[in-house]
Parts: sequence; structure tokens; C-alpha cells
Amino acid sequence: MKRRDVVKNLLSNRKNLLVVAGLGSTAWDCTAAGDSPLTFPMWGAMGQAAMMGLGLALAQPKRRVLVVTGDGEALMGLGALATIGVQKPANLTVVVIDNERYGETGMQETHTAHGVDLAGVARSCGLKVVDFKDLKKAIHTAPGPNFAAVKVKAEKIPLVLPPREGALLKARFRRALLGAKADTE
Amino acid sequence: MWPEGIHRELGLAGVRVVGYVPDAGHKRLIELCRADRKMRAVVLTTEEEGIGLAAGAWLGGQRSVLLMQSSGVGNIVNVLGMVRECRFPLVTLVTMRGEQGEFNPWQVPMGQAVRPVLEAMDTVVQQVEKEDQVAPVVNAALRLAFNSYVSVAVLISQRLIGIKSFQEQSAR
Repeated sequence: MKRRDVVKNLLSNRKNLLVVAGLGSTAWDCTAAGDSPLTFPMWGAMGQAAMMGLGLALAQPKRRVLVVTGDGEALMGLGALATIGVQKPANLTVVVIDNERYGETGMQETHTAHGVDLAGVARSCGLKVVDFKDLKKAIHTAPGPNFAAVKVKAEKIPLVLPPREGALLKARFRRALLGAKADTE
Repeated sequence: MWPEGIHRELGLAGVRVVGYVPDAGHKRLIELCRADRKMRAVVLTTEEEGIGLAAGAWLGGQRSVLLMQSSGVGNIVNVLGMVRECRFPLVTLVTMRGEQGEFNPWQVPMGQAVRPVLEAMDTVVQQVEKEDQVAPVVNAALRLAFNSYVSVAVLISQRLIGIKSFQEQSAR
């Protein structure tokens, strides 16, 4: 499968979905699917995408929250899966777009190219591993925390960049989610 | 006691999420937060996770704090870059080691580096030496962080925590 097609499909008709995009290729994938104020693309803080999703899911229990991140990013924060497994947020889904490469730094192989099984780790931490065919529905309805690692082709594709300024990304997300009161809170 | 004073300030400030890494100095405060039905206490595998947690909670409209020991400051340096770049409010309550009367030499390097490391990452550092200062300083740190969108760390000095040996630490 091709990563852009996978992410575009997962984000099409996204309804009220709140999205955190892990740094690098998955942030570009989410932007290619359509930039939204309710997508928070990360340009740094590698390893923290799933934890940002957890914080958001705890703060917004009535909304569905999706983390889209890469295998390298997820590997840097494996402990987050254990932490999510303890908190068990029913509204959170973590999807790893797994190309078995560090795409931003020269396509070096990640640990998943050598048999490390992220879904196995997630399952052991108490997350519910979802098949790809059920994933889009699970993101919107299945009691979580849900997890999927989606194997995609390792390919170099054009960058599609979201806004870079962190304070802007934060402010637009909060305003879109919480309304104008977010500006004066 | 000072943990009760901090817990009261957190409640008054509307803090709903408390990330923590287990720590002898914060033992009582962790218990108070875990027992508080208005707070979600989140045990972390490393302090770094607490920054992502706090940022995500703020995106969702909730206030949080992060509890850690001084050694944890070394684990959050890079992700403090996100806090600064995004102007996320952040309150970190740090119990100090490697400072006054330390008994474990391995705690000393990080303990001594806490302030310069935090300040290098644009975090406002406020140290508390006396019991009756704890609640007012935490109160002010909460207002500074959430009203002015900055990162504030309150360092609770080792003298206040008062653990003087391995034996005493494990007995707590």
C-alpha cells in the first residue's frame, strides 16, 4: 500500500475527529489529505505523538482522537504504549504508518525492518489491535484504545508541508475545538 | 504539610490531569492526586511523556501539571523545545536531589544541572526552601504558566523533603 492513499482514506469524511500527526512523513501525509485546524502536525518532540493523543483524549472524552505517526517516531516513544494501556482511553486510536524506514534522514532501516512487531508491543500493553479492513470504522466507533500498524511501501515522495509555527498550530487547534473562549482562557 | 498545600492549589487552579513519575519526595502528593476524583493521575514510564501529555491536554482545553524528581529534568530537554515553540503553558514540580545533603553521588551531576538546563530551554525556575513558601510559590507558578503561556518549574529543595539515606528512602 502507498502511505498517502492510506492516510487520505483514513482522514476522508473525518467528521469531528481530532488528529495528532507525528513528525516527518506522517505530518506531510496528513497535510496532503487536507490541512485542517483540527490536525496538530508535529515538527519536533519526536516520540511524543501518542502521548499528545492521550492528553487530548483525556481532555476531550466525547470526541474521537486519532494519532497518525511513523514507525521511527513510535519506536522512540514505546513507553507511551504502556502508559496508554494503563489509562485505557476509549476514544483514542494510534495508527503507525510503517515503512520500516527513517524517511526524513536518508531512509535508514528502522527496527521494524528487522522483525520488531509494533502491534505485538501494543497488544502486550493492553491496546486493541485492529485489522486494516476495520480500521476506518474503528477510529470513529470502536471502544479503544485502538492500535494499528499499517505496512506501506518505502518510497520517497514530494513533501506537502503544513504551517510551521508552533504557536499558530496550537492556537488554531484550540480555537477550532473550543471556540473563541480559547483565546482568552 | 506542603503536599496538602500543593494539592489544594492544584484543585483551586482547576488542574485536571497530573502526570507523574513515581518519586519518594512526591509520594504524598501523588497519593492525594490519585485519590482526587476531579483529577486524572497518569503514571508515566519517563518524564518526557509528561510533556506530550500536558501539551495534548492543553490542546483539549484542560490544565495539567507534571511531577518529577530532579533527575527527570534531563529526560525532558528536547521536548521542552516544543513547549517553547508552541507556547504551551507548563507547570513542572520538581523534588530536588543531588543538592543539600545528598547521599547518592550519582544524583549530584543532574541535580546540580537542573537550573541551568531548564533556563537554557526558556523555563522559568522558582526554588522553594521553606515549608510555608511552597503553596504560595505553586499558586504563583500556576498563574504565571496558565495566564502567560510559559513553562515554569518549581524546585522543591532537598532540605524540605528531608530524606537523608537509602534506608530512610526505602522505608517511606
